[in-house]
Amino acid sequence: MKAVARRLLHLLVVLFFVTLFVALLTSMLPGDPTDAIAGFASEEQKAELREDLGLDDPVWVQYGRWISGFVTGDLGGYYSVTGERPVMDRVREALPVSLQLMVEAQILALLIAIPLGVYSAYRAGSRFDRATSATLFGFLALPNFALALVLAYYVGVELGWLPVSGYVAPADDLLEHVRRMALPAISLAVGQIAVYMRLLRSDMIATLQEDFITMAKAKGIPPSHVLWRHALRPSSLTLLTVAGLNVGTLIGGAVIIEVIFSLPGMGTLLFEAIQARQYIALQSLVAIIAVGYVLINFLVDVLYAVLDPRIRHATA
Amino acid sequence: MPPPESFSGASSGAGSATPTLAGPPTTVPPADTAALAGAEGAATAGERAQRLGWGAKLAIGWLVLVVAAALLAPVLPLDDPYEPVGAIARQGPGTDGHVLGGDSLGRDLLSRLVWGARMSLLISVTSVLLGMVLGGLLGLLAGYFRGRLDKAFVGVFDVLLSFPQLILALTLVTVYATGEGVSSTRRITVLIFALGVVSIPVLGRITRATTLTWSQRDFVHAARAMGARNRSIMFGEVLPNVLPAMFSIALLGIAVVIVAEGGLSLLGVGVQLPTPSWGNIIAEGRGSLRDAPHIVLAPTVAIFLTVLALNYLGDVVRARFDVRESAL
Repeated sequence: MKAVARRLLHLLVVLFFVTLFVALLTSMLPGDPTDAIAGFASEEQKAELREDLGLDDPVWVQYGRWISGFVTGDLGGYYSVTGERPVMDRVREALPVSLQLMVEAQILALLIAIPLGVYSAYRAGSRFDRATSATLFGFLALPNFALALVLAYYVGVELGWLPVSGYVAPADDLLEHVRRMALPAISLAVGQIAVYMRLLRSDMIATLQEDFITMAKAKGIPPSHVLWRHALRPSSLTLLTVAGLNVGTLIGGAVIIEVIFSLPGMGTLLFEAIQARQYIALQSLVAIIAVGYVLINFLVDVLYAVLDPRIRHATA
Repeated sequence: MPPPESFSGASSGAGSATPTLAGPPTTVPPADTAALAGAEGAATAGERAQRLGWGAKLAIGWLVLVVAAALLAPVLPLDDPYEPVGAIARQGPGTDGHVLGGDSLGRDLLSRLVWGARMSLLISVTSVLLGMVLGGLLGLLAGYFRGRLDKAFVGVFDVLLSFPQLILALTLVTVYATGEGVSSTRRITVLIFALGVVSIPVLGRITRATTLTWSQRDFVHAARAMGARNRSIMFGEVLPNVLPAMFSIALLGIAVVIVAEGGLSLLGVGVQLPTPSWGNIIAEGRGSLRDAPHIVLAPTVAIFLTVLALNYLGDVVRARFDVRESAL
């Protein structure tokens, strides 16, 4: 219980600093922030905006106002010549797209990495193992955006097998959704496969040295059963943690991949906000991403303790 | 007294083991070379060491080539990277004696690639150096003095790591160096600073973890018993032993930053055109992917080989100096 309380406290501290940083982004803009936020506006409008955003208020007042807006879903607006539009409207549509992309990429990566890792560990040092390791080491060096562009060109344009842009919701047309998500998800998954497979392989090799495995083998249990039923579970703890924590890499990757494949997710929103210099929107988007990431890390941390009795007891 | 102290230090590290483990999310994960060698026994380890030598030579060879090209770009017999040379726009490799062909505006692609290497290396090496100096200093102090200082610095690393790294860099660059009239130099400086900030916690963590173990060694106690000052113990006794670990992570860090610069370029906040970097050649070439894929492919291959070489050497250094993976 004490461990959980300590983690919660840690979570709150981190959340505080992260939101503080994001909340003060607008005041960190060099020069007069209103020039950057709404360069087209007249002096009066700027003064009004300055008043609206409370840029002259003390830091704590600014933070308080921003955070109370953020937790109640008021993410500020896009400022354009034609007026103001709530950021929240766009986020509501974009967030599911990004989440789908990341979850699908993650599932794809694990589906490929787990069998590869298990088999490589079982046949450690074999030709198969060395070939897989070498190939995946190569994939690690391939940036996901580079892979995305190469796939878009060869599979999308040259072969014409799959569409290279646009999004269809799974509820509208599942097959079309899969077709459109395939290339983005693959681009995002390939780097992760290498990470997961290598982790699982080395943990699995260690597990396979354990007495209970020798015992199971001695009892005449078939190798596949030993591998999947006895060895995989104790070997997969690190894998699960890293899979959870890799979300940070995944988010960064997804932002770029979305832009390349024109998927209307958070990454594309972020890109648009940067292009149009919508700093209020940028602020809210970054806050959502960062807070989401911190919460996921926290959940993984807790989950890890729940899954592994050694950690649970060590920290209690 | 030291053993229990060292144990408590190690277990407090293990308490926060999960964030520690995933500390650098974009860093290449622990290689299993050490674990593998241990599991397989001496014969394979020897064989492996030989193979490493061969691969490492290739990796070093490629990096030397890239660094030399980058340094010598002004004196190499290359076309002007900024001016179109003849009708080679979007023409493939080999057109009119241009080895890699032309880019979308008819500039010599090889020349842009070489000058791009200069920019990509400048950014990645300086930002990692920045991270190494600042992160290394914080990590060394934290690991050596422990206690409250350690807690505070680890807190700083935790907060820095609680942003997805690319998003943090992206945010810093957008806030400090976008908009009209931002000069190219300012953009590059901010890029280096932003990517440096991102590498601080990664390098800080490894330095701290390694320092924790080294400062418990007998020779450190001996130095202290002989009356050496903290500063000279830290820099004279501990730091030289911690450097290999920092170096192996720094190699991976350079690779990560090269890729990150590419990502930022695609999002429109990388090095400003027309100055070439590997990332923005890709970003610029994206528009002509359909009819001139070679523009994207050339820098992609350059990034791939460089990152591969850096990752490989990072692993080699780690295996040689037995850097603990868990310390990551």
